Amino acid sequence: MAVAEKAPKVVDVKAAEAPWYRRWLPLIGVGIIVLYCLLPFYWMIVSALRRPTDQFDNSIIPRHWSFTNFTDVFKAGTGFGRGLLNSLIVAGTVTILTLVIGMVAAYTLARLDFKFKNFVLAIIITTSMFPGISLVIPLKKLFSDIEWINTYQAMIVPSLSFALPLAVWNLTAFFRQMPRELEQAAMVDGCTPAQAFRKVIIPLAAPGVFTTAIITFIAAWNEFLIALSMVNKKEFQTANVVISQFTGTSGRDQPFGSQMAAGVVVTIPLVIAVLLFQRRIVAGLTAGGVK
Amino acid sequence: MSTSAPVAERPAKPENNKPRRQTSFNEGTGRLAAMLLSPTLIVLVLVVVYPILSALRESLYQSGQRVDADGFIVQGSEFVGLDNFAAIFQGETADRFWNAFYNTTFFTVTCVVLETLLGVAMALVMHKAFKGRGIVRASILVPWAIPTVVSALLWKWIFQADGIANAILGTQVLWSTEGWQSVLSVIIADTWKTAPFIGLLVLAGLQTIPDEVYEAAKVDGANPWQTFTRITLPLVKPALLVAVLFRILDTLRIFDLPFVLVGPNKSSVETLSILAYLEANQTRYGPAAAYATLLFVYVALVAYMFVKVLGADVIGEARAKTPKNNKKSGGRRDNKLEPGAAAGAATGSVTAGGGGV
Repeated sequence: MAVAEKAPKVVDVKAAEAPWYRRWLPLIGVGIIVLYCLLPFYWMIVSALRRPTDQFDNSIIPRHWSFTNFTDVFKAGTGFGRGLLNSLIVAGTVTILTLVIGMVAAYTLARLDFKFKNFVLAIIITTSMFPGISLVIPLKKLFSDIEWINTYQAMIVPSLSFALPLAVWNLTAFFRQMPRELEQAAMVDGCTPAQAFRKVIIPLAAPGVFTTAIITFIAAWNEFLIALSMVNKKEFQTANVVISQFTGTSGRDQPFGSQMAAGVVVTIPLVIAVLLFQRRIVAGLTAGGVK
Repeated sequence: MSTSAPVAERPAKPENNKPRRQTSFNEGTGRLAAMLLSPTLIVLVLVVVYPILSALRESLYQSGQRVDADGFIVQGSEFVGLDNFAAIFQGETADRFWNAFYNTTFFTVTCVVLETLLGVAMALVMHKAFKGRGIVRASILVPWAIPTVVSALLWKWIFQADGIANAILGTQVLWSTEGWQSVLSVIIADTWKTAPFIGLLVLAGLQTIPDEVYEAAKVDGANPWQTFTRITLPLVKPALLVAVLFRILDTLRIFDLPFVLVGPNKSSVETLSILAYLEANQTRYGPAAAYATLLFVYVALVAYMFVKVLGADVIGEARAKTPKNNKKSGGRRDNKLEPGAAAGAATGSVTAGGGGV
């Protein structure tokens, strides 16, 4: 809001001296970027809202609106509803575990000075760079030995490998932005360092923790390779895997209509979350490597 | 007067206090830090380090059923040394491996170059635009938030035989068949999803450049191109390098997009990750682990080269805040001793390489 109010003033100053194309070129550029980002997404929504009978009609706006694709997706036997629930369980557990474990580490990295700090930071960032498949293959063998295949933990544990570095990195950046004086004041008032962390830092870091939670949740929700490898029973498949394996009613042809509808269902919550918290998410995403 | 005295004192105060306070604060923090960090490090060891090592071990074994010399069926693993690796580089599997290696490399180079160019262009536009910044920021996050699998299906639908892409272009291309068209569809889908993300990171870098620098350049009579190449690029370079490094490592392990968009067992888009996955899916863990290990080595090498040659400053801000710690070079020496390939490599050069932010 604040930016929106300030913006016109700045434009006017610039506009006074700039020729007309200088003023309009950025706006045209903005338009192109918005179209670039949103058109394919629009196409997904529109395709989902067509009747299955005119699925292959390429009109920009559907001639006949219909929710048949959406009701088809949730019919018994597709496993999509269950898939959504599984995705929620897996991504939710990963997020909570990651935050609980990562918060302490991030606070330590942001506040304490100790030897090997750079080394620990580098290790944590390096672990997020490893290719997923190198981790999945040995873990798959291990999990089939201990009969973890087709369990939630078989998807949750490997997901920590990318979620934890991401969360620690984000949280470290957030904790570091908070002034040290906060804890010092708390400790002067008689808190132990642990109490200062619990009673002062955590409540104040809530926005940062929340942002990290969203980013981690999205990353875990979007995970595909682990969920595909560790589970082969329909009851445990996540939504992403279920969608990718949808089969049409006639068996052979790809049910694009219901796939698009399922895609919309999976994506819309994320898109809403992203739109609501865009400022925070942008701050969180860029905090790690850039600033 | 009485008010000005404390003000004059203030800047001196932290300087005097800081070192003293920190040393007392630091006593015994090593042990505390180790204690607080141990949960994270233990988890990372269990889910990252252990699997990597175990993949290395697995790649030296052959598991599952096979027939021994006397014609009996044998169960269980057998140590076969480097046979799995040797098998990769022989005969038909060699062709398949090099094809996957080529595809992985080709995707990485093409996608990252395209995404970087587009991303920088987007960032420049967003930086210049004052109106509509909120809309752009919101819309730019949409491709990022869509799961890769869903975006793969979306593009599969767009590139369908009688889909919108062919309708707009007026062509009859069968995009999901073997050949250049499926490669192109993967590249387009990947670029769509991640170019805005690079744009976002670069924009954050752009916003840290003070206006005065540009004004000075203007006064000196620099034209826009000179301003871009001599001021903007060098100043966003740290942010850009990190973004590009992460994109490179991400594209090297590309799996979901070709797997869902085009499908498994299509040689024109088969990447190393897909190859390893298909092997593991047939419970041929030995060869699968060998592929995975090769991919891991490849990724580590690329990361090492990138950090070493271009001096990407991966832990940037984190280190900048602890100059004291850095000067002691506790980190640096120990990193060099560390045998863990990528970890040691990345840290060593990160510490050595960066004038950074």
